[in-house]
This record gives sequence, structure tokens and C-alpha cells, in this order.
Amino acid sequence: MIRDCDSTTTAQSGDRENILGKEILLKMYRMMVLARRFEERVNLLFVSSEVPGTVHLYTGQEAVAVGVCLAIRPDDWITSTHRPHGHAVAKGIPVRELMAELFARTTGCCRGYGGSMHVGDMAYGMLPAIAIVGGNIPVAAGLALACKRLANGKVVACFFGDGASSEGAFHEGVNMAAIWDLPVVFVCENNLYGASTHVKRVMRVEHVADRAAAYGIPGVTVDGMDVVAVHDAVAEAADRARSGMGPALVECETYRFVGHSRTDPGLYRTKEEVEYFKSRDSIKCLRARVADAGMATEDEFTEIDQSVERELEEAIEFARKSPHPLPEDCLKHVFVGKEG
Amino acid sequence: MARTLTIVEALKEAIREEMDRDPRVFCIGEDIGTPGGWGGAFTVTNGLSDEYGLDRILDTPIAEIGLAGVAIGASIGGLRPIADVQYGDFLFCMMDQLANQAAKLTYMSGGKINVPMVMRVPVGATTRAAQHSQSLEGLFIHIPGLKVAAPCTAYDAKGLLKTAVRDDNPVMFFEHKLLYGSRGNRAEAGALNASGEVPEEDYTIPFGRGVVRREGTDVTILGKLITVYRAMEAAEILAKDGIEAEVIDPRTLVPFDWDMLMTSIKKTGRLVIVDEEPATGGWAAEIAARAVEKAFDWLDAPVLRVTAPDTPVPFAPEMEQFYLPDARKIVVAVRQII
Repeated sequence: MIRDCDSTTTAQSGDRENILGKEILLKMYRMMVLARRFEERVNLLFVSSEVPGTVHLYTGQEAVAVGVCLAIRPDDWITSTHRPHGHAVAKGIPVRELMAELFARTTGCCRGYGGSMHVGDMAYGMLPAIAIVGGNIPVAAGLALACKRLANGKVVACFFGDGASSEGAFHEGVNMAAIWDLPVVFVCENNLYGASTHVKRVMRVEHVADRAAAYGIPGVTVDGMDVVAVHDAVAEAADRARSGMGPALVECETYRFVGHSRTDPGLYRTKEEVEYFKSRDSIKCLRARVADAGMATEDEFTEIDQSVERELEEAIEFARKSPHPLPEDCLKHVFVGKEG
Repeated sequence: MARTLTIVEALKEAIREEMDRDPRVFCIGEDIGTPGGWGGAFTVTNGLSDEYGLDRILDTPIAEIGLAGVAIGASIGGLRPIADVQYGDFLFCMMDQLANQAAKLTYMSGGKINVPMVMRVPVGATTRAAQHSQSLEGLFIHIPGLKVAAPCTAYDAKGLLKTAVRDDNPVMFFEHKLLYGSRGNRAEAGALNASGEVPEEDYTIPFGRGVVRREGTDVTILGKLITVYRAMEAAEILAKDGIEAEVIDPRTLVPFDWDMLMTSIKKTGRLVIVDEEPATGGWAAEIAARAVEKAFDWLDAPVLRVTAPDTPVPFAPEMEQFYLPDARKIVVAVRQII
């Protein structure tokens, strides 16, 4: 299933690129670069203590967030995890609002009440991220129940990791979505490690997607470093869900290029393994494929790269200049309404 | 027109009226709709699936994490779920969803989203032993972001449930098994009669507004759920000795009617708190602390608590009787401070 980023792959999938078209491929490229560079800038801002708290960087997994969010509609909903920055970028939350949230400013997407692990904004179709592993899965089923009952035509994409698939919440949430044919796509980002623990040590089946059989729903494993593969699998699952045929589980085999969180040097992984996945970097692969297909020039990529840098620069400036909350603002928003 | 209804009937009427009023309202729980089943563990939704269909009286698998999570997600997505957990003890299975998701999502989003769900919870010791008997309202007052209701009459049960359904925040709605008035083979041994007059017309009861159940001048007795009735029994016994107890019922624990409590303390100078939960770190402890902080100058005697001991709920009826607060224990406490 996993393919190397080489000319053979490009030749085989050239038709697919033509069908998708230049516009969406370059959109994918830009979003992936934006998600990648966002994390690289955040890492530096964090190391220099400008960003407080902790961060779980998405670096390396960009093809999953972007493939999923471009396969669903802008007004569809997603739920996310403790590693949510890439999902938020791909879902279209303005990076200035994401950056301001990480800076703990009132202009952030959660007004400084959420921080890195809870970014989100339903105005852009993203539930504030739930950082309890697996906790978002039954909630996603509930959102999908609302979609079905209200007949609003939406589907829900639920992101979670390989580790979450061992949680009870996974079993209960996926099962309920299955028995009620709810419009939800369960997207497992299998990056091989739950924090430091390799998935093979905690899962007897070969693929997370194998678990779909237990719920009587389709399960498919795709190359999570290939944004087109992710996109196509999720588009199919979303169409199916939207037409009332119920949920599916799409497992995306991916890799984080960095540690689990801020203090993790990743000593549990071999250098060879890290290098292998870096050689299959989804952004490099996509760029090569699009270039090989003759659909974009170096200048066009450079222009995109530069526009991403400008957008991030502006976002960081916006965050820096944004107001801090008042200390006593911590008393607000416990409830909505007059008690809030 | 008012009729006399049991709490089960009052709750069912509230659910029916709210489902008629708002198509977004639905019930979700284990064994709540199956024809030929019970309509929930205590018959509250019995028969409703005939009227509203199984989509709106939605049976779940035996899966409390999923039940709570689906209710939370559905409420964020635009529906108004009334969830039913068969026994309060099962809340522990879904604690992550309640404490980390329902209670915190509004806050984490900076007030941008809300979770308008109701979780109906039967509590109270009824010789079902340790895992089907616990009263645990006090645990939930300690989780900011959850409202907590605890009605003890049919009138309050209907009015507060309607308020809970219309509230934009998550509400834990506690009901006492011995107060339901369930009939037939779901009737409870040792049940009290909590029936009362309930208007047919629409009404709601605001949260945070308690009621004085009995006026008195010598001591304030604060209870909740069944202990309001135990306090009333104690007050009758004390009255024979010329001690006039004021019995107050907060009806909701979050928000709590501090004005009513402080007013009563200023009037009587004495406070006894009665609670079916274990003492340590509980609701009664919180009330006592606040009373001392805010009303010390008006208190003529130490604040006392009459609670369950710090043990799980026992099984043997004589042990359970020993465990539970009753009128005699309340009378003993009052006599200690008068």
C-alpha cells in the first residue's frame, strides 16, 4: 500500500492528476506548505518562549489533514485531537486567529481560553479540538446524528490517532455511528506511535482499518503521505455517508517528523525509520508529481511558498500586537447566557 | 387545571410537552423506547415511543461513553437531547465525556459554542447495594460548567425539567428513586409519596430559586431530594417539643439559592444540612463552609451535617438503614445545637 515517491508512482497516477486538475493540486500544495511552515514557525516561537504552554506539532502528517478537508465541503464539520494545528489550517481557520490563540490573545479563535490543544471554531466547521485521546469520537457521532436529524446535508470527519483506536470511546462511538448509519468519516492518522509506544505493541490486527469489520462498516488503509490517495478515499467515504449509507473508517499511514510533544527527542524511533519517512515527505512528493505532470512551474511553486511566508509573517505580527486577556476574564464563559 | 401526578408522570408530561414544542428535542438512553420494555429503568419514558417513534425515543447500546458523547455532539450540532442514564452509578463510565467535554467545551471555545443537553440521573439507596445506589450530586457541583438540578416534588420535577431542556448549558438532572412513584413491577419498596398538584398549562421554574418547605424560627434544616422529606419528618417531631424548624429545599444545586439560605440562617441562627451522600468533601461540606464564611455573625451554634458515612452504600437492609440519614438522626443533631 505504501508507495515511494518516485517516477513510477507519478507515471501511474498521472491520469488522476489530470482529473483533479491544477487548481485543486496547487491548493493542496499551498495548504500543506502552510500547515508545515506554520508548525516550523510555532516551534521557534515556542522555543523562544513567545508561545506559552505545550505544543504537539503536526509536521509530517500534512497530507492527511489537507486530503481530508479538501475532500469534504467547506461547511462540513470536523473534530480534532491534541495535535490539531494542521486540521485547523486545512479546515480554513485563518492562521492569524490560530496564531493569536497560541499566543493566548483575545483575538485567538478561542479568545485565549483554549490554546494549542483546543483550537477550533464552528464558524469554520471545526469543533474546538478535544485533547482527551478518543474523546472526540462519540462526540463526532453525535454531531453526525444532528446532521442526519436536521437533514442539513453535512458530513462529519473525525480525526484520531492509532492510539485512540484502542480507547473504549472509539468502540462505542464508531458502533453507534454504524448502527444508525450516521454521516461521519472516521479518519485514523496512524503515525505508528501512541506517544512513545509503537502500534504493533498495542494492537493485534495488522491495520486499524481492520477494526471496521467489527462494526460492519467499510475500512480502508491508504498511504497517508499521498494527499491524493487520502483525498480520494475520503471523498468516496464522504459521498457514501452523505447519501445515507453510513460511516466508514479511513486509515491513513503517516508519520510525524518531530517528537510527540515539546520535550520529546523521539529516542524510541530509529534514525533510519525517520529518514525513510522524510524521504517520502508528502509535500516534496506532491510537488514532484505536479511538476512531472507539467502542471506547474518552479516559479509558481516559489510564488506559493513566498505567499505562505507572507501570510505567516502577518499572522505572527497580528498575534504579537493583539491584546492579552484580563486576568479576571478567567471567570467568564463557564456558561453561556446570563451566568456566563 | 391542576391534577395530582407522581414524579414519573410529571417528568413524562414535561418530556412530552417539550418534544411537542420543539422538534429538536429527543430522548436518548438505554432501554428507554423498546416496545415491551420499561421506558427507562424507572418507566419515565414508558409508552413515549408509541407516540413519538423510536427515532425520538432513541435506544442506545449499553455504552455510557457513547451515550454521553453522542448527546454532547448532538446538542452542539443543533439538537436538544434529554439523555437517560439508568442508574447514577453509571455516570462514572461516562465521566470523561461529562467532565472534560460537556463541562469544558463552552469555556475552551471562549464561549463560542454551547452544549444544551440534559442528563437525567436516578440516584438513591434502595437495597440495590453499592453499584446501583449512590447519590452523587455533590461530585457534579465540583465541576464548573455543569448545572445541577435536584427536584423533590412532582411540580418541581416538571417545571425544572422544562427549564433544563430550554437551558443552553449542560444540566445534570438528579431524580431520587424513592420519590418517583413508579407503579407496577417497577414500584419501589419504601417509596415516599412525592405526588402533588401539577398544572396542565405550560410553566417553568427558574434555576437558582429554592423554596421554604416549612417556616420556622429556631433552626434551619437544609436538605435535597429525599432528605427534604426526612427533614420535614424531623421538623414535625421537633415541633412537639416546641422547636420550630425551618426546612428549605434549594431545588437546584448549581446555581444555588444562597440568598434563601442566608436569609433563613439570619432568621434562625442555626443550620443543619442533611445529605444522602458521604460527608467528606461533599455538598453538605461546601454549604457549611459557605455558611461559616458568609453568615458567621448570625450563627448561634456550630453548623452540623447529617450525612451518610464515608462508606459505599451497603446491601443488608439493616446496614442500609444505619447508613441513611433519617428523621431521628436529624432530631438528634438539632438537639445538639439547641
